[in-house]
Amino acid sequence: MTKLDARSPDGPLHKKWDNRLEEMKLVAPNNKKKHEIIVVGTGLAGGSAAATLGELGYSVKSFCIQDSPRRAHSIAAQGGINATKNYPNDGDSIWRLFYDTIKGGDFRSRESNTYRLAQVSNNIIDQAVAQGVPFAREYGGELANRSFGGAQVSRTFYARGQTGQQLLLGAYQALLRQVDRGKVEIFARREMLDLVKIDGVARGIITRNLVTGEIERHAADAVVLCTGGYGRTYFLSTNAFNSNATAAWRCHKRGAYFANPCYVQIHPTCIPQSGDYQSKLTLMSESLRNDGRVWVPKDKKDIGKPPQDIPESDRDYYLERKYPAFGNLVPRDVASRNAKYVCDEGRGVGATGRAVYLDFRDAIKEQGRDVIEDKYGNLFHMYHKITDEDPYEVPMRIYPAVHYTMGGLWVDYELMSNIPGLFVAGEANFSDHGANRLGASALMQGLADGYFIVPFTVGNFIANYDIKKVSTDHKAFDAAETEVRDQIDKMLSVGKEGSRTVIEIYRDLGKVMYDKVGMSRTEEGLKEAREEIVALREEFWNGVKIPGSSDNYNKMLELAGRVADFLELAELMAIDALEREESCGGHFREEYQSDEGEALRVDDEFSYVAAWEYDEDGDYEVHKEELEFENVELSTRSYK
Amino acid sequence: MADDMMTIHLKVWRQAGPDKQGRFENYTVEKVNPHMSFLEMLDVVNETLIHDGEEPIEFDSDCREGICGTCGFVINGQAHGEERGTTVCQLHMRSFSDGETIVVEPWRARAFPVIKDLVVDRDSFDRIIAAGGYVSVGTGPKPDANSVKIGKDVSDKAFDAAACIGCGACVAACPNASAALFTGAKVSQLAMLPQGKPERGRRARRMVHQMQEEGFGNCSNIGECEAACPKEISIQNIAKMKREYLRAIFTDS
Ligand SMILES: Cc1cc2nc3c(=O)[nH]c(=O)nc-3n(C[C@H](O)[C@H](O)[C@H](O)COP(=O)(O)OP(=O)(O)OC[C@H]3O[C@@H](n4cnc5c(N)ncnc54)[C@H](O)[C@@H]3O)c2cc1C
Ligand code: FES
Repeated sequence: MTKLDARSPDGPLHKKWDNRLEEMKLVAPNNKKKHEIIVVGTGLAGGSAAATLGELGYSVKSFCIQDSPRRAHSIAAQGGINATKNYPNDGDSIWRLFYDTIKGGDFRSRESNTYRLAQVSNNIIDQAVAQGVPFAREYGGELANRSFGGAQVSRTFYARGQTGQQLLLGAYQALLRQVDRGKVEIFARREMLDLVKIDGVARGIITRNLVTGEIERHAADAVVLCTGGYGRTYFLSTNAFNSNATAAWRCHKRGAYFANPCYVQIHPTCIPQSGDYQSKLTLMSESLRNDGRVWVPKDKKDIGKPPQDIPESDRDYYLERKYPAFGNLVPRDVASRNAKYVCDEGRGVGATGRAVYLDFRDAIKEQGRDVIEDKYGNLFHMYHKITDEDPYEVPMRIYPAVHYTMGGLWVDYELMSNIPGLFVAGEANFSDHGANRLGASALMQGLADGYFIVPFTVGNFIANYDIKKVSTDHKAFDAAETEVRDQIDKMLSVGKEGSRTVIEIYRDLGKVMYDKVGMSRTEEGLKEAREEIVALREEFWNGVKIPGSSDNYNKMLELAGRVADFLELAELMAIDALEREESCGGHFREEYQSDEGEALRVDDEFSYVAAWEYDEDGDYEVHKEELEFENVELSTRSYK
Repeated sequence: MADDMMTIHLKVWRQAGPDKQGRFENYTVEKVNPHMSFLEMLDVVNETLIHDGEEPIEFDSDCREGICGTCGFVINGQAHGEERGTTVCQLHMRSFSDGETIVVEPWRARAFPVIKDLVVDRDSFDRIIAAGGYVSVGTGPKPDANSVKIGKDVSDKAFDAAACIGCGACVAACPNASAALFTGAKVSQLAMLPQGKPERGRRARRMVHQMQEEGFGNCSNIGECEAACPKEISIQNIAKMKREYLRAIFTDS
């Protein structure tokens, strides 16, 4: 075990980023076009990074697995994006956003990074507005704000329930503008399957063309990974169907440390599962908790009754009861765990008993249907469509689902991994959210990383390292390509004879993860999970059934490769959860809770980032980055 | 629940590759849960096909909640099926009847060649956006976001146009396979907003030319696009694009 250094700049918190920017070396304008940069991923992080790097003059190659960069998973974000503009004049500031984020993350994130995130947040809004992103506005023409996800100030900017879509289209258009200018080349329907390292430095990637099956080599002076989170390890989640951990995991196997894999966010307001065929879960934006009231019947005997027939006195608005100060707006982990508890008590509603009500009756009565429709119309519409129930008439039924992963590849202050030349941005890195992410802060982080941080830090890297051109004929490319081909061949050869489909094994993995590495974890459960995951991995490599061949479009083959990686990452998640003998944020160990059932952190022992190294034998070694809190005092989160 | 289960007959377009001959294949699916989405029903069919040693029906999807625009095919002659304002991933089996035969085929348009089965190539849409479907601003310090006020009505209207998910249903529904609704939505969103005004002429000209270059047909105001659009984008955007285009040609701005 070694101690990791984040290379955060010296100086007071509010000066750190400026200081670093001033110290950085610049790449001469004429030289920029000679430097090729690979950006993998076209979500908010990758789209904005590739656009900005292209605009700065670098030669950029941009990769994504979808058929167009516009379809990255970021498109699905609904609720909004935070910034400290303080337009509503309700006392917001950079410090307050920083503090909320650190506290919301249960004091498990790095001060310097989190502060910088709050610092650049306002630039993001200015940038997006300049691009023509149609944020919600007031009648007077100014931008509208709302309070979101447990914040006590209104700092969330939004575009109806489609904030991610509009921000992503802004970044996508900026990206295509660089395509128009000849600065960026797009490689859509390409999956990165390996990282190529030469002399310990990231120098390229191996991709598979998902239409033709061709294996391709791409060399560069720096690789920026923006490939999103690993929530799909759980099979059912709110993430898009193709979201995956493959690119990050393969970098991990080439030496990049994976940090805090056990930090997973389970979002409280999702549409409950309805059957075994289900392929994903749909999020109902958290903004709904601003006006909706969460409840279950006080008494089990009422659970079958139509909710409208249950009188006020028989309803348990459990969040309002337990947390009078924050009520329905407690952070996500708290809201989710409490939903689980009431369902475990047998007071859950709906066909499966795994749901709670989110009721708009009072909001409609107080504000009028029109106002509610204006705020949430498209969400109500979506709910109605999926469940065939009208939320204007009956309360929504909701249940927690895996939504976001705070863990990810370890990066330093400049968002570079421990492999020189490999940068990681957006949800794929671990950096800013600690053990729990606050609502409307992932969009902020993705765009902060992509527009305002990575473009400078990549330049600093290029200016400081003497990077020689490499050819894709280099033997490191040969070796990586061979490994990629071997894995595909092996999967297909097992796949011909196998008996269980990729989806069947994948669903089993998801179930193990939900039951034992989910909302609430125990030592015993985690040990069992580990064994079960290893067994599933063996089952996969000995008995998976995969149709078709590798020389054309083959969705199941793609998925098989991703599931193979999830089956490895899942084990590391269990190991990390086992080692972290405390409860913090989204990581709740039943052994570590207060008498009132709230999470108990163990700061003396666990105030660190666990960054895992993979070794050749498939074992993991942990490296620790101690978290130093010089500016905030560690406190126990209380939302009472 | 078990009593509501349905039996569905599918006639699905199977085509092994871009240059291969395609044909319809018939499948009968039993025990279809009406709460399944159409794609989940196809997932179930595919699991059976894989177990039987056959190749699954390839189709594209990602978000499965109607926002990414990845999914899309023609169901019973209608792009994304009959239900209005819906993508196929949001279509539920309850909107079909027990015993029904459902015909499923890919988007058909010269500018959207078939890749495999129901999967088509829509790169032409990206090229249309690359021909000016943006505001030319670089990353960097910008005036405060509230320094330019935009009335709620204008901003809402721009939003309505910006809601396009780029799925291609408009093209598939149009007898001329025109991309006018897709292109018009972007042209008019940006022309309405103060940020997009300075380059509106150049944008309209270039995007319209690119659209023609890609082999999309001409718009003859039939209106099928609007009816098929899962985001119910108004055909008025096409009229606006035509005005913008003419304005650009005559004033050369
Ligand atoms: C339903 C939903 C709603 C949300 N709402 C909000 C919200 O309101 N506010 C908020 O702040 N956050 C929200 N989030 C979280 C937020 O959307 C994500 O964290 C964020 O968009 C991630 O962006 P990203 O750029 O890091 O990655 P993504 O958008 O996930 O993009 C990943 C990119 O990587 C590419 N990729 C992946 N693997 C490979 C590979 N192997 N090879 C090549 N390319 C690859 C993909 O094609 C894609 O382009 C929401 C999330 C969900 C699921
Ligand atoms: S899969 Fe995203 S719109 Fe249907």
